[in-house]
Amino acid sequence: MNLHEYQAKALFERYRIPIPSGQVAMTTAAAVDAARTLGGDTWVVKAQVHAGGRGKAGGIRRCKGVDEVAAAAEALLGGRLTTHQSVASGLPVSQLLVESATPIARELYLAALVDRTVGRIALMASAAGGMDIETVAAATPERLLVTHVEPVIGLMPWQARRIGFWLGLDKAQVAELGPLLAGVVELLVAVDASLVEINPLVITADGHLLALDAKVNLDDNALYRHPDLGEQRDPTQEDPRELAAAAHQLNYIALNGDIGCMVNGAGLAMATLDLVKLQGGAPANFLDVGGGTSAERVAEAFKLILSDGNVRAVLVNIFGGIVRCDLIAEGILAAAREVALDVPLVVRLEGTRAAEGLALLADSGLALETATSLGDAAARAVAAARR
Amino acid sequence: MSVLIDDRTRVICQGFTGKQGTFHSEQAIAYGTRLVGGVTPGKGGQRHLDRPVFDTVHAAVHATGADATMIYVPAPFAADAIMEAADAGIRVIVCITEGVPVLDMLRVRAALAHGNSVLIGPNCPGIITPGACKIGIMPGAIHRPGRVGIVSRSGTLTYEAVHQTTAAGLGQSTCIGIGGDPIHGLGFIDCLDLFDADPQTEAVLLVGEIGGDAEERAAAHIAARTSKPVVAYIAGVTAPAGKRMGHAGAIVSGGAGTAEGKYRALDAAGVATVRSPADMGARLAELLGA
Repeated sequence: MNLHEYQAKALFERYRIPIPSGQVAMTTAAAVDAARTLGGDTWVVKAQVHAGGRGKAGGIRRCKGVDEVAAAAEALLGGRLTTHQSVASGLPVSQLLVESATPIARELYLAALVDRTVGRIALMASAAGGMDIETVAAATPERLLVTHVEPVIGLMPWQARRIGFWLGLDKAQVAELGPLLAGVVELLVAVDASLVEINPLVITADGHLLALDAKVNLDDNALYRHPDLGEQRDPTQEDPRELAAAAHQLNYIALNGDIGCMVNGAGLAMATLDLVKLQGGAPANFLDVGGGTSAERVAEAFKLILSDGNVRAVLVNIFGGIVRCDLIAEGILAAAREVALDVPLVVRLEGTRAAEGLALLADSGLALETATSLGDAAARAVAAARR
Repeated sequence: MSVLIDDRTRVICQGFTGKQGTFHSEQAIAYGTRLVGGVTPGKGGQRHLDRPVFDTVHAAVHATGADATMIYVPAPFAADAIMEAADAGIRVIVCITEGVPVLDMLRVRAALAHGNSVLIGPNCPGIITPGACKIGIMPGAIHRPGRVGIVSRSGTLTYEAVHQTTAAGLGQSTCIGIGGDPIHGLGFIDCLDLFDADPQTEAVLLVGEIGGDAEERAAAHIAARTSKPVVAYIAGVTAPAGKRMGHAGAIVSGGAGTAEGKYRALDAAGVATVRSPADMGARLAELLGA
């Protein structure tokens, strides 16, 4: 789960990571009020969306005077912001963060994340702040310093010194970086974050460290420990079909093709999409109906697949282990009674009670093709979508 | 021969009396696994499925001599269950549970670093030596004792691989599902070494997927150390970047962890890769002259 910048900054404040003073606004009037309350004459108005690259996309506006704040708020609120990281149709902007503008001397990059390769927490730092860090890592890896924190030991002072002096900070700034880094690691562990990123971490004109941006990604599996954070989820930033799927414990990801796919198990689902592609077709979605699938869930999965207007054929590939194929067949029949199935359907059932499941489908009178193997199923689905 | 488990392995179940633990213990017993008891805190002294229930893993090990465990406890308690099993001296710990927080797994890794326990999973189908011992949720009936060692990050895709090797008349020595989480126990390299040393295993089928760099590291290891033929399939060629494809670990981020990159590494290491998941069994049969 992703948090908005203002939500992440609230967490930063709790863990003593310095941030600019700012306020959240949902209306133009509130944005102007926020600017007046903050004082000064220059502010930054920032669209709150779950995507990076907001600056280049015009989602972050520097405003001199409250009239410019009002104009920026007017332009951003109620609209959609498309960045290189968002979906092409953009993400809705319903909240702004209004902050006092900060005079900047240098921009740095800092992040803490769970490093799956070594099974430890990685701290990443770079003097190339404000840039796309993936580009930095790929093109100039020598500009990125990575050091690992053993979760049992925690951050050691030498690690902050190493990062600080490597970044070219002076002694006083290194002294500021120690508690800041400790806060970042403490925050990551306390909220079960998979990523805490500050891009950029700036050195202000008067020489102090300040987290200008904030990104916190939470581990969905650990949200049960943090109900307060779970409540901060902003469903408007997520794909509506993926949300609907999650409500039924289905795992759905929309793709651009025309062959709807329903598979049990994530690995087999990916493999099925690959095979469809290999046979010259284009999958419309990834959909994992999960391990303990019920007939109702299969029916919901069907509705979801068919809600995509591009779908010209549906491929069902089930390898029954725990899941009984006859129950899957019943789910397919139930769904066919409920929703108008006006595209060809190809079904491959294998494993537990597959013969019984296929017999149920054959006796139903439903117009469908059954396939005998994974390869056969994909070939039939691709051919059906072309008809 | 086989790897890690055989017909002498004495297995307990943690979360024994729960719904999942009960169902899969019944399945394991029916398959012929030597399930010698189980653990449910507070139910020690009772009997379940005609076997003793213990309050702690230590008590279970003491009474039964168990050397393997299968864990079906809910995700919030999984890390605790794994560490308890390790401390009790269990040799093979199989954690089926899905949805274990990543930071819990960091602590598990640290806790297991100094012992001799092998952890399989979490979020995995388990391990099976066909005809001898089944520890996990896989359907036993599709397996046949035989020549191929299978190691996979997936569940049902492993069943597909098993099905194909059974249909090709090859059978399996041992099948290990290492799990779909970013931080897990046993990895590809550990399994490759186990299979390489196992006389029954004639070839290895490696089933990988997008995310992380485990396949790339396995490729380097195969080139340097593995003497037996390896066939590999990587799922997720069509997966869009930045999207988590069902498994917590299956995500392409920052251009890293793509299926193409993994295929390149495996091809360079001389691994017999297949681009179609329908060709896994056929390619193995071709290599083994079956």
